[in-house]
Amino acid sequence: MTISTTMPRRLSYRFSWVGMIGFAIILFWAVIALLAPHIIPYPVGEIVDEDYFGPMSSKLLLGSDYLGRDMLSRIIMGARYTVGISLAAVCLACFTGGALGMAAAVVGGWFDTVLSRFLDALNSIPSKLSGLVIAAAVGSSLSVLIVMLGVIYIPGAYRFARSLAVNINTMDYITVARTRGEGISYVVFSEILPNIIGPLLADFGIRFVFIVLLLSGLSFLGLGVQPPYADWGALVHENIGGLPFGAPAVIVPSLAIASLTISVNLLIDNLPKKIRDRSA
Amino acid sequence: MENLVEIRDLKVEATTDAGRRIEIIQGVDLDIAPGEIVALIGESGSGKTTIALTVMGYARPGCRISGGTVMVAGKNMLALSEGQRAKVRGLEVSYVPQSAAAAFNPSKRIIDQVIEVTRIHKLMSPAEAKEKAIGLFKALSLPDPDGIGNRYPHQVSGGQLQRLAAAMALISDPKLIIFDEPTTALDVTTQIEVLRAFKAVMKKSGIAGVYVSHDLAVVAQIADRIVVLRGGAVQEVGTTAELLADARHPYTRELLSAFEPKPRGESVPVAPESRPLLQVNSLIAGYGPVQADGLPLIKAVQEASLVLERGRNLGIIGESGCGKSTLARSIAGILPASAGNLTLDGHELARSARQRSREQLRELQIVFQHADTSLNPAKSIEEILGRPLKFYHGMKGKARDARIDELLDMVRLSKALRSRTPAELSGGQKQRVNFARALAAEPKLIVCDEITSALDTVVAAAVIDLLKEMQRELSLSYIFISHDLSVVEAICDEIVVMYNGRKVEEITPAVSKVPQHPYSKLLFSSVPKLDPGWLDRLERDPELVKTYVQG
Repeated sequence: MTISTTMPRRLSYRFSWVGMIGFAIILFWAVIALLAPHIIPYPVGEIVDEDYFGPMSSKLLLGSDYLGRDMLSRIIMGARYTVGISLAAVCLACFTGGALGMAAAVVGGWFDTVLSRFLDALNSIPSKLSGLVIAAAVGSSLSVLIVMLGVIYIPGAYRFARSLAVNINTMDYITVARTRGEGISYVVFSEILPNIIGPLLADFGIRFVFIVLLLSGLSFLGLGVQPPYADWGALVHENIGGLPFGAPAVIVPSLAIASLTISVNLLIDNLPKKIRDRSA
Repeated sequence: MENLVEIRDLKVEATTDAGRRIEIIQGVDLDIAPGEIVALIGESGSGKTTIALTVMGYARPGCRISGGTVMVAGKNMLALSEGQRAKVRGLEVSYVPQSAAAAFNPSKRIIDQVIEVTRIHKLMSPAEAKEKAIGLFKALSLPDPDGIGNRYPHQVSGGQLQRLAAAMALISDPKLIIFDEPTTALDVTTQIEVLRAFKAVMKKSGIAGVYVSHDLAVVAQIADRIVVLRGGAVQEVGTTAELLADARHPYTRELLSAFEPKPRGESVPVAPESRPLLQVNSLIAGYGPVQADGLPLIKAVQEASLVLERGRNLGIIGESGCGKSTLARSIAGILPASAGNLTLDGHELARSARQRSREQLRELQIVFQHADTSLNPAKSIEEILGRPLKFYHGMKGKARDARIDELLDMVRLSKALRSRTPAELSGGQKQRVNFARALAAEPKLIVCDEITSALDTVVAAAVIDLLKEMQRELSLSYIFISHDLSVVEAICDEIVVMYNGRKVEEITPAVSKVPQHPYSKLLFSSVPKLDPGWLDRLERDPELVKTYVQG
């Protein structure tokens, strides 16, 4: 036995500081969303300020909203809805779309054709429009919102995964697996998925941003999260009247949306890279 | 006499992705006299292309010329500014790339690309340049020299395109041309035409050349001097005749010995009562929509019949496009045959792999040419070898681990490689893993599709030795597909020559080595030999060449 067999396998990654900043902000919002009920200074529904659109003060760190409620507490609770709904919807979209896309690439034939045409048809409906129609038709409970946002983004995730998987599918190692007699699920999850997981994660991040923005858009139009709950988009909508007064109540939730979406983008553009030179 | 190129103590550094610097060229000296052709030979990664490119003052991205001088016609290429270097490139030093197909712009006519250099350097009017280009096309013995320039790159063959790339390099009357493996991608019968054309033009115009190659036999035909490289350092320098007759360095000897014909050696006699291992009867396979007669539009394999006895090896040889790989894929069931039948060990095989039983799939394994694409880059060697063990033999845990070690040992790889991914292995190591995966199934027959053609000569010879050894130990049979006659001769009891989808001849080297069919004769005579005078003495029947060579 040689000495090298006992040497531990060393893996090192390079992670740029831009990516780390993005990751830190995402982590920050995730922790806020998780701990929200425990860290809010005031109950979200309680009117604590005599004035509406109050300025920032030591008592109310982010001022008050159009009814005099504490803005900080509402932002913290809003993080739950924005992050939670978007995450659930993006998981639905990417898992379903990704699995279908890879399966279509591997199976090919009529399965691929029928599924691709159907999802192309779905994709051709503008996302805001279908959101508006569905919300108007069946109302907008939280579960309806999640399924709706998920379904709207399935075709995109499907196309993306399929186009990646089609390239991998022509590789000789897939042919080897097939002549070995492997089934479709083995080929999809063990041979193809590990090779495209990087781009798929990046797509997951981008789609998360799209969903946050669509959800915020719908909430701004009053079709998203319904009162008494409020996500960040709904907070912007509620407090739009504060715009002439330069109230923090309208700027802060917009900044919150921007910080989350931008940091997700920063992270996926700067994902850690594996360093291949292991002798260093 | 003043040297045209004088390289002194050249050092090139590369930066790895961990930021570490490695010296890939370690103090190389090289002289080239005017009109002299110097060959740089060595295995992949020996730095031969890197050195050749420094003559133009160029280092590939990630590399940096860190020391030494490169004098070309009295100018130090490394001291010049980028703008001054651009004036030398194409004008005094020009470059012929390995793959002309990738070097030509597919959306522009060939003639416009060939004369582009004269436009950039403002040498002559386009009309004059075109006239000169046509003269060069004639000198390079291209068919239809007046009209070929008006075609697009996809409308000419690979051998023609390589000669057109040479015309592009020659148009500015350079003092030096760098050839970067210009014939490696070509068939042997085409290679000869290209080599002859290069040699004639170079001798006539007195242009010096740097010829980068890993093929010693090709280099012997064209070079005046040979520089043997390994690991970024010069191992041995000598005139071609000297080096071939009296190599001093062990690596050069290893290269030379890889060329010595190795006969098949002892082969298993066919037991008269045993049934053949594989029988292929008038198999037809191809691509495109199915026609009225139930056969595909393009028939890549037509009426091929083969018999392979147990413990013996069958070689299938032919040029690119002759249908040899399609035949292999039909036998493996990847491309279901349209007609004909297959029998493995007495049992009828379904045409498509999907309809074959797991046991039948296990008995017949296929190993592909490119180990890069046939090993999943996202998996470790352990996972790659472990899967067939679990799939066919249901092995788990310790038993499987032990078997993986055994397999690695069989193909002469260290157990330390278990946890590595394919990207962390060399080409030869990858091909061994590729082969070990087929062995893991414990097959009766392995179809090897050009498994040595992507490897260096010395590495390929080692893989062939390994195959022979495995056969002795495991009573395997191989179907060995290759375009390289010497490889097939080294391992096969029977050789089938294919041309244009048909089997033209079957030769048993043990009985007779002399091919009868005219195409086989042409093919066998086209394999370069180490003798430097071989190309000049080689006479080919022009009628035969016209019939069979599309180059």
